[in-house]
Amino acid sequence: MTAPSPALELSSVTIRFGGLVAVNSLSMTVPEGGIIGLIGPNGAGKTSAFNIITGFYKPSSGRVEFRGPRGKTDITGYPPHKVCEAGLARTFQNIRLFRNETALENVMTGAYVRQRGRWWQHMIPFAFPGAAREEDEIRANAIRLLGRLGLERYTDATASSLPYGAQRRLEIARALATRPSFLLLDEPAAGMNPQESAELLGFIRKLRDDFNLSILLIEHDMKVVMGVCEHIWVLDQGTLIADGPPEAIRADHRVIEAYLGKETTDA
Amino acid sequence: MSGPDGTSEKNIKTRDGILTAVAAALFAAALWWATKNLDGYKLRIINLIAINAILGLSLNLIYGMTGMFSLGHAGFMAIGAYVSALLILTPEQKTMMWILEPIAPWLLGLHTSFVVSLLAAGLIAAFFGWLVALPVLRLGGDYLGIATLGFSEIIRIFITNLTPITNGSLGLKGIPAHTDIWMSYGCLAVVLVCMVRLMKGNFGNVLRAVRDDEIAAQTMGIDTFRTRVLAFSLGCFGGGLGGALMGNLITTIDPKMFMITQTYNLLMIVVVGGLGSITGSIVGAVVVTTMLEWLRFVENPVSIGGIDIPGIPGMRMVIFSLLLIIVIIFRREGIMGMREFSWNWFFHERTPGKTVGGGPR
Repeated sequence: MTAPSPALELSSVTIRFGGLVAVNSLSMTVPEGGIIGLIGPNGAGKTSAFNIITGFYKPSSGRVEFRGPRGKTDITGYPPHKVCEAGLARTFQNIRLFRNETALENVMTGAYVRQRGRWWQHMIPFAFPGAAREEDEIRANAIRLLGRLGLERYTDATASSLPYGAQRRLEIARALATRPSFLLLDEPAAGMNPQESAELLGFIRKLRDDFNLSILLIEHDMKVVMGVCEHIWVLDQGTLIADGPPEAIRADHRVIEAYLGKETTDA
Repeated sequence: MSGPDGTSEKNIKTRDGILTAVAAALFAAALWWATKNLDGYKLRIINLIAINAILGLSLNLIYGMTGMFSLGHAGFMAIGAYVSALLILTPEQKTMMWILEPIAPWLLGLHTSFVVSLLAAGLIAAFFGWLVALPVLRLGGDYLGIATLGFSEIIRIFITNLTPITNGSLGLKGIPAHTDIWMSYGCLAVVLVCMVRLMKGNFGNVLRAVRDDEIAAQTMGIDTFRTRVLAFSLGCFGGGLGGALMGNLITTIDPKMFMITQTYNLLMIVVVGGLGSITGSIVGAVVVTTMLEWLRFVENPVSIGGIDIPGIPGMRMVIFSLLLIIVIIFRREGIMGMREFSWNWFFHERTPGKTVGGGPR
C-alpha cells in the first residue's frame, strides 16, 4: 500500500499564551481517509491544536495546510468560517448545539455554508424559484442526514431536549451538513457508558466510509483510541512525544511516563 | 397526529393559505369599518398600533432573533422621520420654516412622493445602521446596549445642531398627514410577510444560530460578524420606515421625540410580546400601545369619595414599569415566548410544537 497523500499537514506550529507555550513546534500529518488520534494527558495542548486548525487561534508561528476537494490551501490564520468553507468541520468537547432550535434546524444551519440562494431571495420566492427549490432540497437532505445517523425521531424536537448520546450524534450530523472532507472530533466518547463507546467505534468507521472523510480525533477513552485509530500522535506539555500505530503507542515508555509519571529507582 | 405522507402536508398548506387570505380580508373589512365609524383619536391609536408593530418587529429582528441588545432604535427612527419629512415638504414650506439659519440650498428643491420618501427613509436609516454596526457590533451583550444607546444620542444631537438641514431644535412642522390606516397597515403587511419569509427560511435558522451560539455558528461556516451587521442594518431599515410613518402621522417632529423613552417603549413591546417571536411583537404592539393610551386616565385628577387627587404627570410610566417588572418576574419569556402563531391552534391535530426556551442568551 502506498502512503496516501496528507489531507492535513501541520508544520512546526507553535502557540504561546503569554509565557505559556501551549503547543510547541508541532508537526504532524493526517493521511487522506485515515482515522487518526491525538492523545495526551490533560493540558497537553490537544484542544489548542484543534483550535489552531479550525481558526479560533492564530498560531504564533508555523503553517497549517489542508488538501480538500478544492485543492491544497494554506489555511493558517483563516477565520473559522473560512476553514469550514474549505472543507473542515468539527465538534466540541462540551457539545455546542443551537439549543433552542430543532434537530432539523440545527442540521439545516450547517448546510447554509454551501447554500447559493441569498437571504433576500426568500422574501420574494415567486421571483426566485431556484432559491425556493434549493431551500426544499436543503430541508430534504437534512432529514435524510438525520435518518442516516439514526436521529429521525428527533427531527422536530428541540436540541436541548435530546438525550446526551443523541446530542453528540446531532452535533456530528450538523458538522456533516457542511459537506466536509475532514472531520475533527473533540472527545466524541466523553460522557458515554462502556456500551455506547463500544458502539462508537463502528460508528466512526462508518462515518469515514460513508462520507469519504479523513478523521482526526481527540480522546481520553483508551479503548476507543486503540480500537479505532490507525495512527496516533501523542502530545505532552505542548510537545509531540511519540507517534505510531496503536500497538507501538501502547508499549512506548515515553507515553506511559507522560500518563503515569516516571518510575523512580532512588527512594 | 398529522399524516406522514406529503399530500396531507400539502393540504394543510392549502388550508393555511386559504385561512390566511380570509383572515386578511376580514381584517381589511374591519379596518374599512373603523375608518367609517371611529373618531380621529381612536383611528390614530389604530394607526399607532401598526407603526409600533413595524418598529417592534424591526427591533425584535435585532434583539430577539439575532441576540444583539440594542438601545439605539430611536436614533434610527429619527433619521427615517427626518429623511421622509425633508423629502415631502414643499420648497415653500421649507423656506418659511428655517428661520434660525437658511436651509441648505441642495435640500430646498428636493421633493419626492410619499412612498419614495418612505423607501429613502428606510434605506438611509439602514445605511447609518450599517455605519454604526461596523465598529459597535464587535462588542457583545451589555456593552453593545450602551454603545448603541450612545450612538442614538449622537444622532439626536447631530439633528439638533445641523440646523441648515434639520431646522435644529425647532423641528419640522406641517408635514402632510400621509399616514392613513391603509398606508400604515399596508407597510405592516409588507414588513410582516418579509419577516415571516426571512425567519422561516434557512437564513432565519442562521440568525437564531448566531444568537444561540456564536462559536458554533462560526464553526458551521457562518460569517457571524457579517450576519449580525446585516441583521442590524435590516432592523434599522424597519426603524427608519416606522419613524417616517410616525412623522407623517403626527405631522410635526423635533429631536426631543426620539429620546431613550421611545426606545424603551419599543423594548417593552418586544419583551412583553416575546423575544424572538414575530407574533409576539404584533401582540406586544397591540397591548402596549393601547395600554399606554388607556392608562392616561391615571394622570387625570380624580376624586374618590370626596377627596380630590390631583393628576400626576408621568404616573402612567410608573404603572407601566410595574407591569413590565411583573411580566419579567412571572412570565420571563413574554406573552408568546419564542412560539409563533399557527392555524394548527384551531385544529385538533396539533403538530408537536417546539418547547419554549429561555431568553436570547
